[in-house]
Amino acid sequence: MNSVERLVYMANQIATNLATDGTPVAAVADHIQQFWDPRMKQLIFAHGTEGLSPVAAAAIRKLAKSQNAA
Amino acid sequence: MTYQPQKDFGTPESRSEEAVTLTIDGRTVTVPAGSSVVRAAAEQGTSIPKLCATDNVKSFGSCRLCLVEIDGRRGTPASCTTPVEPGMVVRTQTPHLAKLRKGVMELYISDHPLDCLTCAANGDCELQDQAGAVGLRDVRYDVQATHLGQDKDHSNPYFDFDPSKCIACSRCIRACDEVQGTFALTMEGRGWDSKISAGLASDNFLGSECVSCGACVQACPTATLVEKKVVEVGTPERSVVTTCAYCGVGCTFRAEMRGEQLVRMVPYKDGKANRGHSCVKGRFAWGYAQHQERILNPMIRKSISDPWREVEWDEAFAYTASELKRISEKYGSHALGGITSSRCTNEETFLVQKLVRAGFGNNNVDTCARVCHSPTGYGLKTTFGTSAGTQDFDSVEDSDVILIIGANPTDAHPVFASRMKRRLRGQDRRPGAKLIVIDPRRTDIVRSPHIEAQHHLPLRPGTNVAVLTAMAHVIVTEGLADEKFINERCDWDEYSHWAEFVSQARNSPENLQPVTLVDPEELRAAARLYATGGNGAIYYGLGVTEHSQGSSTVMAIANLAMATGNIGRRGVGVNPLRGQNNVQGACDMGSFPHELSGYRHVSDDDARRLFEDDWGVSLDPEPGLRIPNMLDAAVDGVFKALYCQGEDILQSDPNTAHVSAGLAAMECVIVHDLFLNETANYAHIFLPGSTFLEKNGTFTNAERRIQPVRKVMTPMNGLEDWEVTQALAQAMGLDWNYSHPSEIMDEIARLTPTFAGVSFDRLDEAGSLQWPVNAEAPNGSPIMHVDGFVRGKGKFVVTDYVPTDEKTGPRFPLLLTTGRILSHYNVGAQTRRTENVVWHPEDLLEIHPIDAEDRGIKSGDWVNLASRAGETTLRATVTDRVAPGIVYTTFHHAVTQANVVTTDYSDWATNCPEYKVTAVQISASNGPTDWQEEYEALSTRARRISTDIPAG
Repeated sequence: MNSVERLVYMANQIATNLATDGTPVAAVADHIQQFWDPRMKQLIFAHGTEGLSPVAAAAIRKLAKSQNAA
Repeated sequence: MTYQPQKDFGTPESRSEEAVTLTIDGRTVTVPAGSSVVRAAAEQGTSIPKLCATDNVKSFGSCRLCLVEIDGRRGTPASCTTPVEPGMVVRTQTPHLAKLRKGVMELYISDHPLDCLTCAANGDCELQDQAGAVGLRDVRYDVQATHLGQDKDHSNPYFDFDPSKCIACSRCIRACDEVQGTFALTMEGRGWDSKISAGLASDNFLGSECVSCGACVQACPTATLVEKKVVEVGTPERSVVTTCAYCGVGCTFRAEMRGEQLVRMVPYKDGKANRGHSCVKGRFAWGYAQHQERILNPMIRKSISDPWREVEWDEAFAYTASELKRISEKYGSHALGGITSSRCTNEETFLVQKLVRAGFGNNNVDTCARVCHSPTGYGLKTTFGTSAGTQDFDSVEDSDVILIIGANPTDAHPVFASRMKRRLRGQDRRPGAKLIVIDPRRTDIVRSPHIEAQHHLPLRPGTNVAVLTAMAHVIVTEGLADEKFINERCDWDEYSHWAEFVSQARNSPENLQPVTLVDPEELRAAARLYATGGNGAIYYGLGVTEHSQGSSTVMAIANLAMATGNIGRRGVGVNPLRGQNNVQGACDMGSFPHELSGYRHVSDDDARRLFEDDWGVSLDPEPGLRIPNMLDAAVDGVFKALYCQGEDILQSDPNTAHVSAGLAAMECVIVHDLFLNETANYAHIFLPGSTFLEKNGTFTNAERRIQPVRKVMTPMNGLEDWEVTQALAQAMGLDWNYSHPSEIMDEIARLTPTFAGVSFDRLDEAGSLQWPVNAEAPNGSPIMHVDGFVRGKGKFVVTDYVPTDEKTGPRFPLLLTTGRILSHYNVGAQTRRTENVVWHPEDLLEIHPIDAEDRGIKSGDWVNLASRAGETTLRATVTDRVAPGIVYTTFHHAVTQANVVTTDYSDWATNCPEYKVTAVQISASNGPTDWQEEYEALSTRARRISTDIPAG
């Protein structure tokens, strides 16, 4: 597993475990924002949403958007 | 101060709040009801002669030396077995008593060798003291037969047993029973034939069930049981109270010294974590501190293929700083990072994370808690609002039901296990607490002398969340939840959401049984017992956290405690048993890449500003890399330098091949340690470390107890670890000028609200303090969440069971889980360099008889242990302690490298590795794997130290 594959795996794993949260997309985005270093975030933003579950993909899009806006 | 043994009050302290006043030798004294007369006398400073009485075990009344006269009573009762009464008038010294005592002593001495001048206990012998106290001057008996001249038992590596010197007081037996709870020792024979036995008549101390905790040695009033070190060196001449550097129990010891030589470590009776008890590691296994393999000079090398070159400290600091600067300039500041140590002090850990944040200019700092209790931090912060256990250890005395999940306390936290076992056996006419154990293995505590778990749920590894959710299902659907507590203390809507989830039929024990392999009726009974059995306390360990759902399991535990109202008072709570001595402290000190000290996120502007103002630098508001992320980044070529203090990531972290690839990709690996550990094979700079005996500071144990660590000898390498980090920071241009670790603690207190009231002076005064220590709790906080949760309302979190992606299949049909054994500690760097290797010279693979038979494997056979990540070889031991389909091993020996087979799977929230679940296959083997042979060759090459003498 290379680094990007691992990040995709991790994002999906977070999404699976936060699936029962009331607002799973926001919860996943918040988790990644709080615990991933900037390079990890940039790597997955650059990778896009391929291989990501719908919740994880939406969270990454949401996070990328908020970072771009910042 | 000259050496004095700790005062012995004769019998244990009474906890009664009722006071009783009596008169002893004309002086009045007031003591708690239930105290013995001998104790009351000791508390007023009167020493009644005694031999069989000691204050860590119940009174026995056999030696007849502590006799007293009491007005209105006939005869001369033994003061150790006589409780105080109001108005009692006691005389401890009368001519009649003197005559009786002298007669008793005369009998003892008539059968005791008179070799005092050459005896190891000379000057530290209660028999000798009491002979003097009663004025014995001669022995009139013409003794025809004695017990003298019996063979000594030298089998134990740490203490000798000389039956010739035994006075049959039974203190050792009672200590083994009451304090340690092993019940190994016994009195063999009757009357004149009475003799202490280590077990069966055929057993010596090494071969018996004795666990070498040292309680018997401590209890022995003569030289019958005596430390080999005392025999070798002589009695100590001074003592210093300090804190053990092994597990998270944090036992307090008296380091008893001759000059700068440590003679023995004796558990300190006033230690609030251990209450005078110890285990084989803390009591005896400190020889590593002076081991010949310690590296005492800094060393550098350009490449890991070069031999090491010893240098002076100044050159080491200058070279290290220049390398870090070079790499920072070439690759950017984010190419640097550090790992703090859970074995080092709070002050040292604080400095390492400060060096990374303020000196390296990023938040790439992590700690060994990443691979053990990081899910505890996440889970308990989310649910309760604070990243720590809720109780003190004393709390277990008030528990009615003890639930142990994923922990093996008798091996990994033995001193607390003894306290727990005492409660499980029952004491002072109270029935014992009930016990529930959730563990794939039948750990020792499931069934041990006078203890038998009411319920053992031998679940399939990786299904903790399913089991806990099924327990919650039973509690909610059977109406056992404490809705009053929930309504008052928790968010009711979140509870309702959670209760609806756990109540679903899919979460019933019956429905989950195919997943968990746990008998549904047994699980239901366990859930009912926990919910309705009175004070319910949960203790857990790495069998909870080291899973892909480690954080979920911690939250599921918190849910159970809240749902049953088992939070906020003595006897209950959620209690993580921390692995290393200062895991709690390392986490508290801001060792995580996303948190400053006191668990404040780096993105918190107010918290960051506090540090920025104090340190005079600006700090990165983004989280840094965790250890596995650092290794990934290293393999990607963007992470180039690592300062690793007191951790051996190559041996302790999962998927060794990946760790070694990451380390090999770095340009500057700095290892700051006692020994050339496995990580040092990939290091370019080695900074020698100091032991806990050589430095001042504090450790924080599993109950949040901040305890002093006191320097008892000069560091063999010349510097304490905090001085090394400071000198490195100075070489990098940072203006650090601490002259003592107390100044570092002052800074920690200034910047960390939960430590606001902590200082070395306060710790010296109180002995120890449990954080939070602040204006609201100036004396600390033994129990958390008493009137409300730290986060406000307790948060129920839905924890849906998600199976691990590590699956068994035809190629890898068995599940491997890993753990510890009593005699070793973590990667074994310390304990492998002590005599503890006699108990566990190698890692063994436990395999069930059915699985062994299928593969033609017998106990003692070499086997190949293979997973998708790698393979290794070790010897098998066939046992039904593990269930069919499960195998188990320890990771204490570098030659085994159990982590060669563990995988990259990790906890979803924290990246804590999934050590506890690895799909493996076992097959017969003839010898080491290719990996082991290659690694052995690499280690030999990497550990070469140049002996070239420069031309001068």
